[in-house]
Amino acid sequence: MENLKSLTDEALALVAQSDDLASLDKVRVGYLGKKGQITALLKGLGKLSAAERPAAGAEINRAKQQVTESLDQRKQTLENRAIDLQLAEEAVDIGLAGRRSDVGGLHPVTRTIQRIESIFSSVGYTVAEGPEIEDDFHNFEALNIPSHHPARAMHDTFYVSENHVLRTHTSPVQIRTMIQQEPPIHVICPGRVYRCDSDLTHTPMFHQVEGLVVDKNISFAELKGTVDQFLKAFFEMDVPVRFRPSYFPFTEPSAEVDIQCSACRGAGCRICKETDWVEIMGCGMVHPNVFKACDIDAATFSGFAFGMGVERLAMMRYGVKDLRLFFENDFDFVVQF
Amino acid sequence: MKLSETWLHEWVAPNLNTQKLAEQLTMAGLEVDAIEPVAGKFSQVVVGEITACEPHPDAEKLQVCSVLGAPDGPKQVVCGAPNARVGLKAPFALVGASLPPAQSDGKAVKIKKAKLRGVESLGMLCGQSELQAGDDDSGLWELPADAPVGDDIREYLKLDDQLLELDLTPNRSDCLSIRGLARETAALTRQGLRSPEIEPVAPQTDASLPIQLAAPAACPRYLGRVIKGVDISKPSPFWLREKLRRAGLRSIDAVVDVTNYVLIELGQPMHAFDLDKLKGQIGPRMAQAGEKITLLDGQELSLKPDTLVIADAVGPVALAGIMGGANSAVSESTRDIFLESAFFAPEFIAGKARAYGLHTDSSHRFERGVDCQLQGEAVERATALLVQIVGGEPGPVSVFEDDQHLPAQRSVRLMREQIKSKLGFAIADDEVQDILQRLGMSMLEQQRDSWVFAVPSYRFDIAIAEDLLEELARVYGYNRLPIATVNIPAQLPRCSDAALSFRHLANHLAARDYREVITYSFIDPKLHRSVWAEAPAVTVVNPISADMSLMRTSLFAGLLQTLQRNLSRQVERLRIFEKGLRFSQEGETYRQTPGLAGLIYGSRESAGWSAIKDNVDFYDIKGDVESLLALTCKTLRFIPADCQALHPGQSANIELDGQVVGLLGALHPRVQKSLGIAKVVYLFEIDLDPILRTQPPMFKPLSRFPEVSRDLAFLVDKNTPVNHLEREIYNSAGDFLKSLRVFDLYSGKGIDPQRKSVAFNLTFQHPSHTLNDDQVNNSVADIVEKLKELFDAQLR
Repeated sequence: MENLKSLTDEALALVAQSDDLASLDKVRVGYLGKKGQITALLKGLGKLSAAERPAAGAEINRAKQQVTESLDQRKQTLENRAIDLQLAEEAVDIGLAGRRSDVGGLHPVTRTIQRIESIFSSVGYTVAEGPEIEDDFHNFEALNIPSHHPARAMHDTFYVSENHVLRTHTSPVQIRTMIQQEPPIHVICPGRVYRCDSDLTHTPMFHQVEGLVVDKNISFAELKGTVDQFLKAFFEMDVPVRFRPSYFPFTEPSAEVDIQCSACRGAGCRICKETDWVEIMGCGMVHPNVFKACDIDAATFSGFAFGMGVERLAMMRYGVKDLRLFFENDFDFVVQF
Repeated sequence: MKLSETWLHEWVAPNLNTQKLAEQLTMAGLEVDAIEPVAGKFSQVVVGEITACEPHPDAEKLQVCSVLGAPDGPKQVVCGAPNARVGLKAPFALVGASLPPAQSDGKAVKIKKAKLRGVESLGMLCGQSELQAGDDDSGLWELPADAPVGDDIREYLKLDDQLLELDLTPNRSDCLSIRGLARETAALTRQGLRSPEIEPVAPQTDASLPIQLAAPAACPRYLGRVIKGVDISKPSPFWLREKLRRAGLRSIDAVVDVTNYVLIELGQPMHAFDLDKLKGQIGPRMAQAGEKITLLDGQELSLKPDTLVIADAVGPVALAGIMGGANSAVSESTRDIFLESAFFAPEFIAGKARAYGLHTDSSHRFERGVDCQLQGEAVERATALLVQIVGGEPGPVSVFEDDQHLPAQRSVRLMREQIKSKLGFAIADDEVQDILQRLGMSMLEQQRDSWVFAVPSYRFDIAIAEDLLEELARVYGYNRLPIATVNIPAQLPRCSDAALSFRHLANHLAARDYREVITYSFIDPKLHRSVWAEAPAVTVVNPISADMSLMRTSLFAGLLQTLQRNLSRQVERLRIFEKGLRFSQEGETYRQTPGLAGLIYGSRESAGWSAIKDNVDFYDIKGDVESLLALTCKTLRFIPADCQALHPGQSANIELDGQVVGLLGALHPRVQKSLGIAKVVYLFEIDLDPILRTQPPMFKPLSRFPEVSRDLAFLVDKNTPVNHLEREIYNSAGDFLKSLRVFDLYSGKGIDPQRKSVAFNLTFQHPSHTLNDDQVNNSVADIVEKLKELFDAQLR
């Protein structure tokens, strides 16, 4: 019993000296195991008198408790240290790029068309497409542009045969829709169109989105409202819009639509040619002759149509300055979208 | 059309500044594209007169002139203009004057006292270009003899004038004249129109030329007049030249200038012939096929029978309404002229000029429409001016008309209700009448529910009620009209569970690192030939250029061109796709089928610390296509392709549900070489329509029993397609093979060089009980036996 104190101190010192779990366990076995030295003292209690036994027992148990606690504490410390070590070893450079393949993207024209489609289809317009090699009837005749019409000069037309052209606008899809479908009609028609013109501001191929609404009681007011709402929706701001009388053979009355130049916000710049306004689309009330060509009763129904150049909208939306970039497909250009 | 504001003000006083006038015209549908001053900015330039000219002692091309015009007496001016001569009046910039910038730096030119080759010069005599008042830089700007010496040139020439450049729509050819624009301005601004008096000029001779109207539908009105004894050496007066200049026309000679003047002022194109060169008679007729004419510009044309000509007894002397002929043109030796003023029906002129590659001020107007009532007035106006300038004795005006073919007086009924239903707003009756009457319509009839208006002959664009509605709306102001929302009934559509859209496919490709491109639908025939040999294609009759003359039959061309372009710009890795139509022709019908194609090139992954730097191969493009078509949830098969554009050993047709929907593979090495591309290019192209429908999922009950997995490796001939092995494994495995995967592929060391090892992982599962070893072993034995029989496959 007299060596209990020194035994305890010894054990505590060894615990403190243990640098890994194995040597720590050795200490535990050496003092508290079945054959451990402190365990042996407990076993020796039987030799003491009944009077001495409780006090001595309590003392040994206190010592055992003290060593056990110290062992547990040391074990915890060593385990923590091991984890810390593992964590330090396993740390990675989180600044380094992840392992992955790159992500591609859509062409800005497609992106723009998809936005336009989303805006209109969200209120119930459907999307229609048509052929790009069109016959004379759908591209011109049915749109009230007979062969001698001076408006044909407005369209620098590509021909593939005597009466087949590369469509000069998406308006023939109007005709196809009205021939196939009874009113009410709410449709938009995106697609490629072609004009025999190529310079800084013209490419021989570009994209349009045509819109057509035919129903009872459709007036110029609904046309204005639709165009105005669309432009505000597309640009996501209260962009000032104005309507200017114009001429298209297939609409009467006809209008050009201008929006306030987003580049200079009305201050005058090169894009808007100092006029503060940028032409953004053409529109009008469907001409009675067009209804006649499609066998729709103009006395019962009225309607409006509008057509816009997608590249122009994309240029304004994304700040692209040169139209030709859209079709050169330089990698440095396409990766921006 | 260029409109001089000063000229307009002779006809109407709109009481608006230039900007406001331009805005008002634009907002009424006559778009003003640009406003430019008639002359540049300058000051202290006066009318100068040369009173003496001496050769410069030291310079051959210079003269030393004495010039009047400065307030403090005559000045010595050194001048290099070839037309500097005694008596000439020209703009004179005094010492201290400021002239428009000569260079792009925008700095005004200051006139200072100077010494030119040792001789003092006090000021500068100017040409048009130095004042930015025209582009004639041949010499000094010659002013009229009666120009007041010393007067400010800007005031004297009314150079504070602005030119409005109008971009007129084809329906408003009535505004292709000063009179038309003045009429419109007067209507818009509620001002009166001050038309100049045009008095008939009394004939002074009986001289005339017989006229024959042989094409009355094309030319229902033809007026002619002979003027005898003109002096063609007399130049056009300064005011006339100056007005033409401001209309954008050059002065030619007095006769041409006068006809051009009438064209600009009144809108009637006219033509003057040399009477001596006309044989027998004159008149419009249709050309005979192959007839020849040499035009004023020297061009010789072989005519088509749909062309209206003016002909004399011998042959065509003018392309009616387009251009005169060279052989009957007015020249220096002309003594007598024949003046033509005709109405040609637009449908007979339209497109004809273009067909011959021509476009003239005259054809521009006739194909859009010229007022059919204008010819008489125009001929009188021209006669009066000509007699005044070049003298001569006018004969009587010969008038030939065919009433039957002349445009009839039109009237249009407008229902009051239409204003509300079509324009969406209400407008007071008197305002309706006021607007339309200001525009020259006269009210023929007024009912409770409608009006009838007579349309003036110059407004041939107005034929139906909708035309009147547009007139009302544009004068009232489009932007004052109300705005409303379209009501679309909330009818719920059937939404197909099987429909895929291009959006799905495009997003899928984008997520797999493909960039969308858009290339022209017309391609270079050379590129087409190098990829597709002589495969037929639709050609563009009038292409922009030869290298854009063929409609693509495949999307490969655009993708390859995009690759070439980017390779030349140091891009070494590309993954792109495009959607679009492919074109072909079968007899009279054009096939236009939408397709989706992709191209990959260069390293498998873009450069990076972890990137696989290998170049892409067949299995990359195949993997992309398999992944894309997995969206359709349909059975895919790949079968060897026979396509001249692709490598025969590395290409496949893609079969979806038993239908060939496209192909993929490596670009044929020969094509790759001919395009100068360094590495192998992999491509795919799929028809879009068949892949836009998916097979919607249908639930199968789950098995609660364990899976059993077996790995089998076979040695087979190295040319045996793995999908054939797979097919037979499926066929022989019995009903409970749940999945089959190739997990290893080996050839090389340790095995017969003619053979390869293919290792499969097979997973079996039964829906209603646990499979025992015997069952699985039996299946495996069947497989092994079948593969041995069919492919001489040896289990490893």
